[in-house]
Amino acid sequence: METKEENEIKPPLKFSNGVDHTKKVIEIIDVSFSYGNDEVLSGISLDVHKGDYLGLVGPNGAGKTTLLKIMLGLLRPTKGEVKIFGTELKEFDRWADLGYVPQKATNFDPNFPATVKEVVLMGRTGRKGLLRQMNKKDEELAEKALREVGMEQYEHRLIGDLSGGQQQRIFIARALAAEPQIIFLDEPTSGVDMKTQDDFYALMKKLNQELDLTLVLVSHDIEKIMGEIMHVVCVDKTLVCHETPEEFLKDSHSRVIAGENVKFIGHHH
Amino acid sequence: MDLNIFQYSFMVRGLEAGIIVALIAPAIGIFLVLRRYSLIADTLAHVSLAGIALGLLLGINPIYGAIGVTALSTVGIERLRSTNKVYGESSLALFLSGSLAFAVILLSLANGFNTGLFSYLFGSIVTVTQNDVYTILILSGIVAAVLAFFYKELIYISFDEEAARAGGIPTRTINFVLILLTALVVSLSIPIVGVLLISALMVIPVVSALQFKRGFATTVLYAEIISIFSVIFGIIASFYLNLSTGGTIVLIMLAIFSLILLVAPGTKKGV
Repeated sequence: METKEENEIKPPLKFSNGVDHTKKVIEIIDVSFSYGNDEVLSGISLDVHKGDYLGLVGPNGAGKTTLLKIMLGLLRPTKGEVKIFGTELKEFDRWADLGYVPQKATNFDPNFPATVKEVVLMGRTGRKGLLRQMNKKDEELAEKALREVGMEQYEHRLIGDLSGGQQQRIFIARALAAEPQIIFLDEPTSGVDMKTQDDFYALMKKLNQELDLTLVLVSHDIEKIMGEIMHVVCVDKTLVCHETPEEFLKDSHSRVIAGENVKFIGHHH
Repeated sequence: MDLNIFQYSFMVRGLEAGIIVALIAPAIGIFLVLRRYSLIADTLAHVSLAGIALGLLLGINPIYGAIGVTALSTVGIERLRSTNKVYGESSLALFLSGSLAFAVILLSLANGFNTGLFSYLFGSIVTVTQNDVYTILILSGIVAAVLAFFYKELIYISFDEEAARAGGIPTRTINFVLILLTALVVSLSIPIVGVLLISALMVIPVVSALQFKRGFATTVLYAEIISIFSVIFGIIASFYLNLSTGGTIVLIMLAIFSLILLVAPGTKKGV
């Protein structure tokens, strides 16, 4: 169900780079989500195309992360339908095609006894399937992923001994090791310094353009990502906009969201 | 007095059973410690006492009684937790005290508390029969095989459960398997260290090995070495000094842990 409403909101997109608009990798059709009686997302419809580099923005508590988790199959929508690579979520089983870089701080024990290589190898787990042991090929793919993010010299270091920015590269390598088609990143640049942020966006550009990966990035740092992404999706319970960064900066309704976020950034940083 | 430990077949059996348990306990213990599940081991240990009491009452091998009751309780604990009607920890407390109460009632029915109970509470390798050794060997083999099959999933879930789930790992199933294996290992460890000291066997070698701050595989290896050394040394020492075996093993483990805390290079990096 391609809603009329969505067509009204969404201005014609200018297509750049390697986005293939004939191939929808994700279709979100009129999706709502509630925690108990508290509706977090309402009537969201959105297509993500192959090769896109999508920024998901919105004020704090607007449901960005919830939407991301719905796309990853971590949350089931209360209403509506999600298709990944054309398959309905309920029947979808190619989870290893979706890479996930979670918000670092929430999920990670810095004292966990694992080397960088052991962490990257975890990314192979879903691809292997149950009852299969890791082999030489998995090791090679883990090493290759480490080279992609420029961290091969840290292979034997403990994950907890690295800096925040380095750890994030390792988690990106972990996602890459599964050889995914899409990578989802949740607030990847929160709490890292400017230089690390620049390195991060350079790496994202490389993954998107050279490795042809579709990227979905949740961020509240609107100013920064506008110069990086191809399309921006603004969420504030409903889908507020889906357009190019140029259009976003021109649109007045977006400025409201941007304004809220600038305020939000000011409070927390 | 010339006492050769190997002249006594019960000591040989005790050592055999002890070494098997020493190998398997840290292998599962590392996941319990890293997942903050240490309390589950302790709960299941107390639950196993109800199984032992049931075994004594019905005249079946108490180890089998323990396996049956701990496995059933595992299902019960998971069910109760998944209803979200009580907090996870509270469900453990319910099962811990509930099964202990059940055990006390069963034991009072079975002609009150006897000396046999003492050996189940604190372990007594003297009572290990050849059949027990075979049972421990076979069941430990099963636990080791299942652990090996799910090893990569268990590591991933322990490190980052959400990312593992997003990657299509059946986390609920794996969590359940982990607790079921814990129930088995708890039951197997009863003759060696007894109900009250089992969680020590699973936890202390792992916590000690973690102090070295190494990678996962290396940490497991260190925990195994500490565990096997403590159990062998503990059994031999308790024999010559005429001490409780379980208590001796656990105190040796604690001594090693304290020593490591003192000397371990806190900032050491690498594998």
